Amino acid sequence: MIRDITLGQYYDADSVIHKLDPRVKLAFTIIYIVSLYVGNTVWTFLGAAAFLCVVIALTKVPVRFMLRGMKSILVLLIISALFNLFLVSGEPLIQWKFITITKEGVRMAGLMIVRLILLVMGTSLMTLTATPNELTDGLEKSLSFLKIFRIPVHAFGMMMNIALRFIPILIREVQQIMKAQEARGADFESGGLIKKAKAMVPLLIPLFVSAFRRANDLAQAMEARCYHGDEGRTKLHPLKYQKRDLIAYLILLLYLGAMIAQAVLIR
Amino acid sequence: MAIIEIQKLTHEYKEYDEENREREVVRALSDVNLNIEEGSFVVILGHNGSGKSTLAKHVNALLMPTEGAVYVCGKNTAEEADSWKIRKDAGMIFQNPDNQIIGNVVEEDVAFGPENVGVPQDELSERVAMALEKAGMEAFRMESPNRLSGGQKQRVAVAGILALKPKCILMDEPTAMLDPSGRREVLNTVHELNRKEGITVLLITHYMEEAVRADRVIVMDEGHPVMDGTPKEIFARVDELKEYHMTVPCVTELAYELKKAGVALPDGILTKDELADALLKAREDSKEQSGADKA
Repeated sequence: MIRDITLGQYYDADSVIHKLDPRVKLAFTIIYIVSLYVGNTVWTFLGAAAFLCVVIALTKVPVRFMLRGMKSILVLLIISALFNLFLVSGEPLIQWKFITITKEGVRMAGLMIVRLILLVMGTSLMTLTATPNELTDGLEKSLSFLKIFRIPVHAFGMMMNIALRFIPILIREVQQIMKAQEARGADFESGGLIKKAKAMVPLLIPLFVSAFRRANDLAQAMEARCYHGDEGRTKLHPLKYQKRDLIAYLILLLYLGAMIAQAVLIR
Repeated sequence: MAIIEIQKLTHEYKEYDEENREREVVRALSDVNLNIEEGSFVVILGHNGSGKSTLAKHVNALLMPTEGAVYVCGKNTAEEADSWKIRKDAGMIFQNPDNQIIGNVVEEDVAFGPENVGVPQDELSERVAMALEKAGMEAFRMESPNRLSGGQKQRVAVAGILALKPKCILMDEPTAMLDPSGRREVLNTVHELNRKEGITVLLITHYMEEAVRADRVIVMDEGHPVMDGTPKEIFARVDELKEYHMTVPCVTELAYELKKAGVALPDGILTKDELADALLKAREDSKEQSGADKA
Protein backbone atom coordinates (compact mmCIF):
# COMPACT_ATOMS: atom_id res chain seq x y z
CA MET A 1 0.00 0.00 0.00
CA ILE A 2 2.63 2.49 1.06
CA ARG A 3 4.96 1.45 -1.73
CA ASP A 4 2.59 2.95 -4.27
CA ILE A 5 3.46 6.51 -3.31
CA THR A 6 5.88 7.72 -5.93
CA LEU A 7 7.67 11.01 -5.69
CA GLY A 8 5.80 13.31 -8.02
CA GLN A 9 5.21 11.99 -11.50
CA TYR A 10 8.30 13.17 -13.31
CA TYR A 11 8.70 11.60 -16.74
CA ASP A 12 12.31 11.68 -17.91
CA ALA A 13 12.64 12.63 -21.56
CA ASP A 14 15.04 14.67 -23.64
CA SER A 15 12.78 17.45 -24.89
CA VAL A 16 12.83 21.22 -25.35
CA ILE A 17 10.25 21.59 -22.60
CA HIS A 18 12.27 19.51 -20.14
CA LYS A 19 15.28 21.74 -20.69
CA LEU A 20 13.38 24.93 -19.89
CA ASP A 21 14.01 26.77 -16.66
CA PRO A 22 11.55 25.59 -13.95
CA ARG A 23 10.42 29.19 -13.51
CA VAL A 24 9.10 29.13 -17.08
CA LYS A 25 7.10 26.02 -16.22
CA LEU A 26 5.64 27.70 -13.15
CA ALA A 27 4.68 30.71 -15.29
CA PHE A 28 3.16 28.39 -17.88
CA THR A 29 0.95 26.76 -15.25
CA ILE A 30 -0.35 30.07 -13.92
CA ILE A 31 -0.90 31.57 -17.37
CA TYR A 32 -2.62 28.43 -18.58
CA ILE A 33 -5.05 28.40 -15.65
CA VAL A 34 -5.83 32.09 -16.23
CA SER A 35 -6.36 31.51 -19.96
CA LEU A 36 -8.99 28.84 -19.24
CA TYR A 37 -11.07 31.39 -17.38
CA VAL A 38 -10.84 34.38 -19.71
CA GLY A 39 -13.82 33.27 -21.77
CA ASN A 40 -16.71 30.88 -21.83
CA THR A 41 -17.03 30.25 -25.53
CA VAL A 42 -16.12 27.22 -27.58
CA TRP A 43 -13.31 29.24 -29.13
CA THR A 44 -11.60 29.74 -25.77
CA PHE A 45 -11.45 26.02 -25.20
CA LEU A 46 -10.48 25.21 -28.75
CA GLY A 47 -7.60 27.66 -28.46
CA ALA A 48 -6.49 26.32 -25.10
CA ALA A 49 -6.75 22.73 -26.29
CA ALA A 50 -4.75 23.44 -29.44
CA PHE A 51 -2.00 25.16 -27.45
CA LEU A 52 -1.90 22.29 -24.97
CA CYS A 53 -1.66 19.72 -27.76
CA VAL A 54 1.36 21.50 -29.23
CA VAL A 55 3.08 21.69 -25.81
CA ILE A 56 2.33 18.03 -25.04
CA ALA A 57 3.74 17.01 -28.40
CA LEU A 58 6.91 19.00 -27.60
CA THR A 59 7.36 17.34 -24.19
CA LYS A 60 7.59 13.83 -25.71
CA VAL A 61 5.57 12.53 -22.75
CA PRO A 62 3.40 9.61 -23.94
CA VAL A 63 -0.30 10.48 -24.02
CA ARG A 64 -1.22 7.58 -21.76
CA PHE A 65 0.81 9.27 -18.98
CA MET A 66 -1.31 12.35 -19.43
CA LEU A 67 -4.51 10.31 -19.37
CA ARG A 68 -3.47 8.44 -16.25
CA GLY A 69 -4.10 11.61 -14.25
CA MET A 70 -7.64 11.76 -15.61
CA LYS A 71 -8.65 8.63 -13.72
CA SER A 72 -8.28 10.31 -10.36
CA ILE A 73 -10.57 13.20 -11.28
CA LEU A 74 -13.27 11.06 -12.90
CA VAL A 75 -15.60 11.29 -9.88
CA LEU A 76 -15.10 15.05 -9.68
CA LEU A 77 -15.90 15.35 -13.38
CA ILE A 78 -19.11 13.36 -13.09
CA ILE A 79 -20.32 15.25 -10.02
CA SER A 80 -19.66 18.70 -11.49
CA ALA A 81 -21.27 17.67 -14.78
CA LEU A 82 -24.39 16.40 -13.01
CA PHE A 83 -24.70 19.56 -10.94
CA ASN A 84 -24.54 21.71 -14.04
CA LEU A 85 -26.83 19.44 -15.95
CA PHE A 86 -29.66 19.51 -13.42
CA LEU A 87 -29.31 22.80 -11.64
CA VAL A 88 -28.71 25.38 -14.36
CA SER A 89 -31.95 27.11 -15.21
CA GLY A 90 -32.97 28.13 -18.72
CA GLU A 91 -34.80 26.81 -21.74
CA PRO A 92 -36.02 23.28 -20.87
CA LEU A 93 -34.86 20.46 -23.12
CA ILE A 94 -36.15 17.34 -21.39
CA GLN A 95 -38.69 17.28 -18.60
CA TRP A 96 -39.46 14.14 -16.63
CA LYS A 97 -41.28 14.40 -13.28
CA PHE A 98 -39.25 16.87 -11.18
CA ILE A 99 -36.09 16.58 -13.30
CA THR A 100 -35.53 19.27 -15.87
CA ILE A 101 -32.54 19.37 -18.16
CA THR A 102 -32.02 22.69 -19.85
CA LYS A 103 -30.14 23.66 -22.96
CA GLU A 104 -27.89 25.94 -20.93
CA GLY A 105 -27.35 23.12 -18.48
CA VAL A 106 -26.04 20.79 -21.18
CA ARG A 107 -23.77 23.50 -22.52
CA MET A 108 -22.42 24.40 -19.08
CA ALA A 109 -21.83 20.76 -18.19
CA GLY A 110 -19.93 20.23 -21.42
CA LEU A 111 -17.80 23.33 -20.92
CA MET A 112 -17.10 22.42 -17.31
CA ILE A 113 -15.86 18.97 -18.24
CA VAL A 114 -13.62 20.34 -20.99
CA ARG A 115 -12.28 23.04 -18.69
CA LEU A 116 -11.48 20.60 -15.89
CA ILE A 117 -9.77 18.17 -18.25
CA LEU A 118 -7.64 20.92 -19.77
CA LEU A 119 -6.87 22.29 -16.32
CA VAL A 120 -5.63 18.98 -14.96
CA MET A 121 -3.65 18.13 -18.09
CA GLY A 122 -2.12 21.58 -18.25
CA THR A 123 -1.03 21.66 -14.64
CA SER A 124 0.26 18.10 -14.66
CA LEU A 125 2.64 19.09 -17.46
CA MET A 126 4.66 21.01 -14.88
CA THR A 127 5.15 18.01 -12.60
CA LEU A 128 5.72 15.70 -15.56
CA THR A 129 8.56 17.76 -17.00
CA ALA A 130 10.28 19.15 -13.90
CA THR A 131 11.65 17.20 -10.92
CA PRO A 132 10.40 18.23 -7.48
CA ASN A 133 13.85 19.66 -6.77
CA GLU A 134 13.85 21.81 -9.88
CA LEU A 135 10.43 23.11 -8.93
CA THR A 136 11.59 23.91 -5.40
CA ASP A 137 14.58 25.75 -6.82
CA GLY A 138 12.35 27.61 -9.24
CA LEU A 139 9.90 28.59 -6.53
CA GLU A 140 12.68 29.70 -4.22
CA LYS A 141 14.18 31.88 -6.90
CA SER A 142 10.90 33.38 -8.13
CA LEU A 143 9.71 34.13 -4.61
CA SER A 144 13.04 35.55 -3.45
CA PHE A 145 11.60 39.07 -3.71
CA LEU A 146 9.64 38.20 -0.55
CA LYS A 147 12.91 38.47 1.36
CA ILE A 148 12.37 42.21 1.72
CA PHE A 149 9.33 41.34 3.84
CA ARG A 150 11.64 39.18 5.97
CA ILE A 151 10.04 35.96 4.78
CA PRO A 152 12.72 33.24 4.93
CA VAL A 153 12.30 31.99 1.37
CA HIS A 154 15.66 30.21 1.32
CA ALA A 155 14.88 28.33 4.53
CA PHE A 156 11.57 27.15 3.11
CA GLY A 157 13.30 25.97 -0.05
CA MET A 158 15.89 24.09 1.99
CA MET A 159 13.13 22.52 4.08
CA MET A 160 11.32 21.37 0.94
CA ASN A 161 14.50 19.85 -0.47
CA ILE A 162 15.27 18.00 2.74
CA ALA A 163 11.68 16.79 3.02
CA LEU A 164 11.92 15.41 -0.50
CA ARG A 165 15.18 13.67 0.33
CA PHE A 166 13.77 12.06 3.48
CA ILE A 167 10.43 10.84 2.10
CA PRO A 168 11.84 7.56 0.72
CA ILE A 169 13.89 7.03 3.89
CA LEU A 170 10.87 7.51 6.13
CA ILE A 171 8.73 5.26 3.93
CA ARG A 172 11.31 2.51 4.34
CA GLU A 173 11.26 3.14 8.06
CA VAL A 174 7.45 2.83 8.24
CA GLN A 175 7.71 -0.50 6.47
CA GLN A 176 10.30 -1.67 8.98
CA ILE A 177 8.17 -0.59 11.94
CA MET A 178 5.12 -2.27 10.39
CA LYS A 179 7.03 -5.51 9.95
CA ALA A 180 8.38 -5.32 13.50
CA GLN A 181 4.87 -4.81 14.87
CA GLU A 182 3.34 -7.45 12.62
CA ALA A 183 5.93 -9.88 13.89
CA ARG A 184 4.54 -9.27 17.34
CA GLY A 185 0.93 -9.80 16.26
CA ALA A 186 -0.23 -6.38 15.08
CA ASP A 187 -2.85 -6.50 12.34
CA PHE A 188 -2.82 -3.86 9.61
CA GLU A 189 -4.71 -5.78 6.95
CA SER A 190 -8.18 -6.76 8.20
CA GLY A 191 -11.14 -4.64 9.23
CA GLY A 192 -12.81 -1.60 7.76
CA LEU A 193 -11.32 1.77 6.99
CA ILE A 194 -11.65 3.05 10.55
CA LYS A 195 -10.09 -0.05 12.06
CA LYS A 196 -7.20 0.16 9.60
CA ALA A 197 -6.70 3.82 10.39
CA LYS A 198 -6.67 3.06 14.10
CA ALA A 199 -4.06 0.36 13.57
CA MET A 200 -1.79 3.01 12.07
CA VAL A 201 -1.63 5.09 15.27
CA PRO A 202 0.98 2.91 16.99
CA LEU A 203 3.16 3.40 13.90
CA LEU A 204 3.22 7.14 14.32
CA ILE A 205 5.00 7.36 17.64
CA PRO A 206 8.11 5.38 16.74
CA LEU A 207 8.13 7.13 13.38
CA PHE A 208 8.04 10.58 14.97
CA VAL A 209 10.73 9.67 17.49
CA SER A 210 13.01 8.51 14.73
CA ALA A 211 12.19 11.50 12.52
CA PHE A 212 13.16 13.88 15.32
CA ARG A 213 16.37 11.99 15.91
CA ARG A 214 17.19 12.16 12.22
CA ALA A 215 16.39 15.87 12.14
CA ASN A 216 18.78 16.46 15.03
CA ASP A 217 21.54 14.43 13.36
CA LEU A 218 21.01 16.20 10.06
CA ALA A 219 21.11 19.64 11.66
CA GLN A 220 24.47 18.78 13.21
CA ALA A 221 25.78 17.37 9.95
CA MET A 222 24.71 20.55 8.15
CA GLU A 223 26.37 22.77 10.72
CA ALA A 224 29.50 20.64 10.55
CA ARG A 225 29.57 21.43 6.83
CA CYS A 226 29.43 25.16 7.49
CA TYR A 227 25.74 25.69 6.73
CA HIS A 228 24.59 29.09 7.94
CA GLY A 229 21.62 30.08 5.80
CA ASP A 230 21.87 31.61 2.37
CA GLU A 231 24.20 34.43 3.37
CA GLY A 232 27.24 34.27 1.08
CA ARG A 233 26.10 30.95 -0.35
CA THR A 234 26.92 29.93 -3.92
CA LYS A 235 25.19 27.25 -5.96
CA LEU A 236 26.54 24.39 -8.07
CA HIS A 237 23.82 24.77 -10.68
CA PRO A 238 22.27 28.22 -10.26
CA LEU A 239 19.15 28.93 -12.28
CA LYS A 240 20.09 31.09 -15.24
CA TYR A 241 17.79 32.09 -18.08
CA GLN A 242 18.87 30.88 -21.53
CA LYS A 243 17.70 32.19 -24.85
CA ARG A 244 15.13 29.40 -25.11
CA ASP A 245 13.57 30.48 -21.81
CA LEU A 246 13.04 34.00 -23.11
CA ILE A 247 11.47 32.64 -26.28
CA ALA A 248 9.19 30.46 -24.16
CA TYR A 249 8.14 33.48 -22.11
CA LEU A 250 7.41 35.37 -25.32
CA ILE A 251 5.25 32.53 -26.64
CA LEU A 252 3.40 32.38 -23.34
CA LEU A 253 2.67 36.10 -23.43
CA LEU A 254 1.52 35.88 -27.05
CA TYR A 255 -0.74 33.00 -26.14
CA LEU A 256 -2.26 34.87 -23.21
CA GLY A 257 -2.71 37.98 -25.36
CA ALA A 258 -4.43 35.99 -28.10
CA MET A 259 -6.73 34.30 -25.62
CA ILE A 260 -7.75 37.59 -24.02
CA ALA A 261 -8.23 39.17 -27.44
CA GLN A 262 -10.52 36.42 -28.66
CA ALA A 263 -12.50 36.52 -25.41
CA VAL A 264 -13.04 40.26 -25.80
CA LEU A 265 -13.79 40.13 -29.53
CA ILE A 266 -16.03 37.05 -29.68
CA ARG A 267 -18.89 37.41 -27.28
CA MET B 1 53.19 21.02 14.97
CA ALA B 2 50.06 19.88 16.72
CA ILE B 3 47.00 20.45 14.54
CA ILE B 4 44.61 19.84 17.42
CA GLU B 5 45.45 20.96 20.92
CA ILE B 6 43.14 20.06 23.75
CA GLN B 7 43.91 21.69 27.06
CA LYS B 8 42.27 20.73 30.33
CA LEU B 9 38.99 20.13 28.53
CA THR B 10 35.98 19.41 30.73
CA HIS B 11 32.43 18.99 29.46
CA GLU B 12 29.31 18.67 31.55
CA TYR B 13 25.84 17.74 30.33
CA LYS B 14 22.99 18.94 32.48
CA GLU B 15 19.96 16.73 32.80
CA TYR B 16 16.63 18.35 33.59
CA ASP B 17 13.50 16.84 35.07
CA GLU B 18 9.94 17.65 33.96
CA GLU B 19 9.83 20.95 35.84
CA ASN B 20 13.04 22.14 34.24
CA ARG B 21 15.01 21.78 37.44
CA GLU B 22 18.53 20.58 37.22
CA ARG B 23 18.46 16.97 38.21
CA GLU B 24 21.93 15.79 37.50
CA VAL B 25 25.17 17.02 36.03
CA VAL B 26 26.92 14.43 33.92
CA ARG B 27 30.62 14.85 33.37
CA ALA B 28 31.22 13.52 29.87
CA LEU B 29 34.82 14.71 29.75
CA SER B 30 37.05 15.66 32.61
CA ASP B 31 40.40 17.36 32.37
CA VAL B 32 41.46 16.01 28.98
CA ASN B 33 44.88 17.02 27.66
CA LEU B 34 45.74 15.86 24.15
CA ASN B 35 47.81 16.96 21.18
CA ILE B 36 47.19 15.50 17.76
CA GLU B 37 50.10 15.83 15.32
CA GLU B 38 49.49 16.98 11.78
CA GLY B 39 49.35 14.15 9.24
CA SER B 40 48.87 11.41 11.80
CA PHE B 41 46.17 8.74 11.89
CA VAL B 42 44.81 8.63 15.41
CA VAL B 43 42.19 6.19 16.67
CA ILE B 44 40.21 6.91 19.81
CA LEU B 45 38.79 3.77 21.39
CA GLY B 46 36.28 3.49 24.15
CA HIS B 47 33.11 1.71 25.11
CA ASN B 48 29.72 3.47 25.09
CA GLY B 49 29.61 6.51 27.32
CA SER B 50 33.36 6.90 27.55
CA GLY B 51 33.13 10.44 26.18
CA LYS B 52 34.74 9.79 22.82
CA SER B 53 31.90 11.27 20.73
CA THR B 54 31.71 14.33 22.95
CA LEU B 55 35.41 14.85 22.36
CA ALA B 56 34.94 14.80 18.57
CA LYS B 57 32.11 17.32 18.73
CA HIS B 58 34.40 19.66 20.66
CA VAL B 59 37.02 19.51 17.95
CA ASN B 60 34.36 20.44 15.38
CA ALA B 61 33.07 23.35 17.52
CA LEU B 62 29.64 21.70 17.74
CA LEU B 63 30.02 21.75 21.53
CA MET B 64 31.63 24.41 23.72
CA PRO B 65 33.94 23.50 26.58
CA THR B 66 32.57 23.83 30.11
CA GLU B 67 36.17 24.34 31.18
CA GLY B 68 39.47 24.34 29.32
CA ALA B 69 40.04 25.05 25.65
CA VAL B 70 40.35 23.33 22.28
CA TYR B 71 42.53 24.72 19.50
CA VAL B 72 42.20 23.53 15.91
CA CYS B 73 44.90 24.83 13.56
CA GLY B 74 45.65 27.45 16.19
CA LYS B 75 42.05 28.70 16.39
CA ASN B 76 40.07 28.52 19.61
CA THR B 77 36.77 26.68 19.17
CA ALA B 78 35.15 28.98 21.74
CA GLU B 79 35.45 31.91 19.31
CA GLU B 80 32.15 31.89 17.50
CA ALA B 81 33.51 33.97 14.63
CA ASP B 82 36.05 31.22 13.86
CA SER B 83 33.69 28.26 14.00
CA TRP B 84 33.14 28.17 10.18
CA LYS B 85 36.88 28.21 9.58
CA ILE B 86 37.36 25.43 12.10
CA ARG B 87 34.65 23.30 10.54
CA LYS B 88 36.23 23.83 7.14
CA ASP B 89 39.64 22.72 8.41
CA ALA B 90 38.30 19.83 10.46
CA GLY B 91 35.39 18.14 8.68
CA MET B 92 33.28 15.63 10.51
CA ILE B 93 31.72 12.33 9.41
CA PHE B 94 28.86 11.00 11.51
CA GLN B 95 27.63 7.54 12.32
CA ASN B 96 24.40 7.31 10.33
CA PRO B 97 25.06 7.61 6.60
CA ASP B 98 21.44 8.54 5.82
CA ASN B 99 21.26 11.38 8.30
CA GLN B 100 24.17 13.39 6.93
CA ILE B 101 23.43 13.45 3.23
CA ILE B 102 21.57 16.60 2.29
CA GLY B 103 21.47 16.54 -1.51
CA ASN B 104 19.08 14.55 -3.67
CA VAL B 105 21.89 13.82 -6.12
CA VAL B 106 25.41 12.79 -5.10
CA GLU B 107 27.08 15.79 -6.78
CA GLU B 108 24.63 18.18 -5.06
CA ASP B 109 25.50 16.71 -1.71
CA VAL B 110 29.25 16.93 -2.28
CA ALA B 111 28.82 20.55 -3.35
CA PHE B 112 26.85 21.44 -0.21
CA GLY B 113 29.89 22.30 1.95
CA PRO B 114 31.72 24.46 -0.60
CA GLU B 115 28.42 26.17 -1.48
CA ASN B 116 28.02 27.15 2.14
CA VAL B 117 31.42 28.77 2.38
CA GLY B 118 30.80 30.63 -0.88
CA VAL B 119 33.25 28.95 -3.26
CA PRO B 120 32.74 30.66 -6.67
CA GLN B 121 30.44 28.81 -9.00
CA ASP B 122 32.98 27.94 -11.70
CA GLU B 123 35.26 26.35 -9.09
CA LEU B 124 32.46 24.30 -7.48
CA SER B 125 32.22 21.75 -10.24
CA GLU B 126 36.01 21.16 -10.16
CA ARG B 127 35.94 20.70 -6.42
CA VAL B 128 33.11 18.17 -6.67
CA ALA B 129 35.02 16.20 -9.32
CA MET B 130 38.22 16.31 -7.24
CA ALA B 131 36.49 15.19 -4.05
CA LEU B 132 34.57 12.37 -5.72
CA GLU B 133 37.72 11.13 -7.38
CA LYS B 134 39.68 11.06 -4.13
CA ALA B 135 36.86 9.18 -2.42
CA GLY B 136 36.66 6.80 -5.40
CA MET B 137 33.03 7.69 -6.09
CA GLU B 138 33.28 9.50 -9.44
CA ALA B 139 31.11 6.87 -11.15
CA PHE B 140 28.18 7.77 -8.88
CA ARG B 141 28.17 11.52 -9.48
CA MET B 142 24.63 11.70 -10.87
CA GLU B 143 23.11 8.93 -8.73
CA SER B 144 20.48 9.38 -6.05
CA PRO B 145 22.00 8.72 -2.60
CA ASN B 146 19.05 6.43 -1.86
CA ARG B 147 20.36 3.91 -4.37
CA LEU B 148 23.79 3.60 -2.74
CA SER B 149 24.96 1.05 -0.18
CA GLY B 150 25.91 2.14 3.34
CA GLY B 151 29.62 2.09 2.58
CA GLN B 152 29.11 4.11 -0.59
CA LYS B 153 27.01 6.65 1.30
CA GLN B 154 29.78 7.09 3.86
CA ARG B 155 32.25 7.62 1.02
CA VAL B 156 29.94 10.28 -0.39
CA ALA B 157 30.01 11.88 3.06
CA VAL B 158 33.83 11.72 2.97
CA ALA B 159 33.79 13.35 -0.47
CA GLY B 160 31.47 16.04 0.91
CA ILE B 161 34.10 16.85 3.52
CA LEU B 162 37.01 16.61 1.04
CA ALA B 163 35.33 19.20 -1.17
CA LEU B 164 35.99 21.70 1.62
CA LYS B 165 39.73 20.91 1.37
CA PRO B 166 40.13 20.09 5.06
CA LYS B 167 43.41 19.54 6.92
CA CYS B 168 41.79 17.06 9.24
CA ILE B 169 38.88 14.60 9.14
CA LEU B 170 37.04 13.63 12.30
CA MET B 171 35.03 10.44 12.14
CA ASP B 172 32.53 9.58 14.82
CA GLU B 173 31.94 5.82 14.58
CA PRO B 174 31.60 6.02 10.81
CA THR B 175 31.39 2.26 10.39
CA ALA B 176 29.01 1.36 13.22
CA MET B 177 26.05 0.95 10.86
CA LEU B 178 27.89 -0.74 7.99
CA ASP B 179 28.42 -4.35 7.02
CA PRO B 180 32.00 -5.72 7.04
CA SER B 181 32.66 -4.98 3.37
CA GLY B 182 31.33 -1.42 3.76
CA ARG B 183 33.57 -0.97 6.79
CA ARG B 184 36.62 -2.09 4.87
CA GLU B 185 35.69 0.20 1.99
CA VAL B 186 35.41 3.29 4.19
CA LEU B 187 38.55 2.53 6.21
CA ASN B 188 40.64 1.90 3.10
CA THR B 189 39.47 5.23 1.70
CA VAL B 190 40.50 7.22 4.77
CA HIS B 191 43.79 5.38 5.16
CA GLU B 192 44.62 6.24 1.59
CA LEU B 193 43.67 9.89 2.13
CA ASN B 194 45.90 9.98 5.17
CA ARG B 195 48.83 8.43 3.31
CA LYS B 196 48.53 10.22 -0.03
CA GLU B 197 47.11 13.60 0.89
CA GLY B 198 48.59 13.89 4.35
CA ILE B 199 45.19 14.60 5.88
CA THR B 200 45.09 14.13 9.63
CA VAL B 201 42.49 11.54 10.63
CA LEU B 202 40.87 11.27 14.01
CA LEU B 203 38.81 8.08 13.99
CA ILE B 204 36.48 7.33 16.86
CA THR B 205 35.32 3.76 17.13
CA HIS B 206 34.68 0.84 19.39
CA TYR B 207 35.99 -1.74 16.95
CA MET B 208 39.54 -2.48 18.01
CA GLU B 209 40.33 -4.03 14.62
CA GLU B 210 40.09 -0.56 13.11
CA ALA B 211 42.91 0.66 15.33
CA VAL B 212 45.43 -1.85 14.01
CA ARG B 213 46.65 0.31 11.13
CA ALA B 214 46.71 3.59 13.08
CA ASP B 215 49.78 5.63 14.02
CA ARG B 216 48.51 6.19 17.49
CA VAL B 217 45.76 4.75 19.67
CA ILE B 218 44.10 6.51 22.57
CA VAL B 219 41.77 4.59 24.87
CA MET B 220 39.12 6.61 26.69
CA ASP B 221 37.27 5.60 29.82
CA GLU B 222 34.87 7.69 31.88
CA GLY B 223 35.73 10.91 30.11
CA HIS B 224 39.45 10.42 30.39
CA PRO B 225 42.21 9.17 28.12
CA VAL B 226 43.57 6.17 30.01
CA MET B 227 45.97 4.62 27.50
CA ASP B 228 47.95 6.29 24.73
CA GLY B 229 50.51 4.79 22.39
CA THR B 230 51.16 2.92 19.14
CA PRO B 231 48.82 -0.01 18.37
CA LYS B 232 51.60 -2.45 19.29
CA GLU B 233 52.10 -0.88 22.68
CA ILE B 234 48.41 -0.69 23.43
CA PHE B 235 47.52 -4.19 22.30
CA ALA B 236 50.30 -5.69 24.36
CA ARG B 237 48.38 -4.65 27.46
CA VAL B 238 45.49 -7.07 27.02
CA ASP B 239 44.51 -7.30 30.69
CA GLU B 240 44.41 -3.55 31.04
CA LEU B 241 42.24 -3.19 27.91
CA LYS B 242 39.79 -5.70 29.29
CA GLU B 243 39.50 -3.64 32.43
CA TYR B 244 38.19 -0.80 30.25
CA HIS B 245 35.57 -3.12 28.70
CA MET B 246 37.35 -3.36 25.37
CA THR B 247 37.28 -6.55 23.31
CA VAL B 248 40.73 -7.28 22.00
CA PRO B 249 41.05 -8.61 18.39
CA CYS B 250 40.98 -12.41 18.33
CA VAL B 251 44.51 -12.75 17.00
CA THR B 252 45.94 -10.49 19.65
CA GLU B 253 44.12 -12.31 22.40
CA LEU B 254 45.23 -15.72 21.11
CA ALA B 255 48.85 -14.57 20.96
CA TYR B 256 48.55 -13.14 24.43
CA GLU B 257 47.16 -16.36 25.86
CA LEU B 258 49.80 -18.47 24.07
CA LYS B 259 52.50 -16.28 25.49
CA LYS B 260 51.07 -16.67 28.96
CA ALA B 261 51.10 -20.44 28.44
CA GLY B 262 54.80 -20.33 27.72
CA VAL B 263 55.19 -19.91 23.93
CA ALA B 264 57.95 -17.45 23.15
CA LEU B 265 56.02 -14.74 21.25
CA PRO B 266 56.63 -10.99 21.00
CA ASP B 267 54.18 -8.48 22.49
CA GLY B 268 51.28 -6.84 20.65
CA ILE B 269 50.62 -9.13 17.69
CA LEU B 270 47.94 -7.49 15.55
CA THR B 271 47.36 -9.53 12.39
CA LYS B 272 47.03 -13.19 11.44
CA ASP B 273 50.17 -13.06 9.29
CA GLU B 274 52.18 -11.62 12.11
CA LEU B 275 51.02 -14.39 14.42
CA ALA B 276 51.76 -17.08 11.86
CA ASP B 277 55.28 -15.72 11.31
CA ALA B 278 55.91 -15.41 15.03
CA LEU B 279 54.73 -18.96 15.65
CA LEU B 280 56.98 -20.36 12.92
CA LYS B 281 59.89 -18.44 14.31
CA ALA B 282 59.12 -19.67 17.82
CA ARG B 283 59.15 -23.26 16.57
CA GLU B 284 62.49 -22.82 14.78
CA ASP B 285 63.94 -21.25 17.88
CA SER B 286 62.76 -24.02 20.12
CA LYS B 287 64.19 -26.64 17.66
CA GLU B 288 67.52 -24.89 17.68
CA GLN B 289 67.30 -24.74 21.44
CA SER B 290 66.64 -28.46 21.76
CA GLY B 291 69.33 -29.18 19.15
CA ALA B 292 71.79 -27.17 21.19
CA ASP B 293 70.72 -28.97 24.34
CA LYS B 294 71.37 -32.37 22.76
CA ALA B 295 74.78 -31.35 21.58
